[in-house]
Amino acid sequence: MSTLAPLDPLTALAGGLLIGLSAAVLLLFSGRIAGISGMVARAVGIADSGTPRLQALAFVVGLPIGAWLLSASLRQPEVIVTSSIPILVTAGVLVGFGTRMGNGCTSGHGVCGVSRLSPRSLAATATFMFAGFAIVALARFMVGG
Amino acid sequence: MRQTIIALVTGTLFGAGLALSDMINPARVIAFLDLFGNWDPALAFVMGGAIIPMAVAYLISRRLRAPILHTQFHIPENRIVDRQLITGAAIFGAGWGLAGYCPGPAIAGLVFGNWQPVVFVAAMLAGMWLHRLTSDM
Repeated sequence: MSTLAPLDPLTALAGGLLIGLSAAVLLLFSGRIAGISGMVARAVGIADSGTPRLQALAFVVGLPIGAWLLSASLRQPEVIVTSSIPILVTAGVLVGFGTRMGNGCTSGHGVCGVSRLSPRSLAATATFMFAGFAIVALARFMVGG
Repeated sequence: MRQTIIALVTGTLFGAGLALSDMINPARVIAFLDLFGNWDPALAFVMGGAIIPMAVAYLISRRLRAPILHTQFHIPENRIVDRQLITGAAIFGAGWGLAGYCPGPAIAGLVFGNWQPVVFVAAMLAGMWLHRLTSDM
């Protein structure tokens, strides 16, 4: 198993700035919040309201294009996924269900909502962060890692 | 049409940011959530970096009557923290910690030739659909 190489904090910050710039441009040009779970639900027809469907689809399709362009030009990522199929399926269902129930994920609440100090987004972000920390800690002590 | 182009451009920019910051790598995300292991602060830098331009954009938007290409801003006005929000966020966080994927990185990560994000995204869509089914009842 390969181990995770440390990432230069400036690179992480630069990536974050790109993400924030994306959300900023979307807000100032189209008036929309860059919430990815909402856009995905809208793009596939699970949500009936929100960003117009074609725009949501264009945004969602842009994600892998951008990731591919960056890694082809700047830095090929060394992606490490250790999760088994049952874990991936469980995690996926929880993420899909939870983001719809809580109206957002790391982008809509974590980036956009926190940026405007929305009480709902601050509460949601604190909650999913805490749940994430708790699950990883639980996994660590159960597996004995 | 112009708004669709903006959506494609901003989606691409967002995906590039996720790749540059290595958030498309579940191991990087889990390393941030792993407080009792070899903790990796990258995700905190990504969040901090993303919040700066977005906070500025939000302050600018409050001084504008309308966005550049549209008639109005669609910013959620609900400020009530309810049980549904907290339960949903907790369920999401549990799934996020379990595999290290949230929606954006999982979709952006579909292009790196590994099969895991395909399984995750399919299950995520099933979870969204399940929520719709159960909330209609």
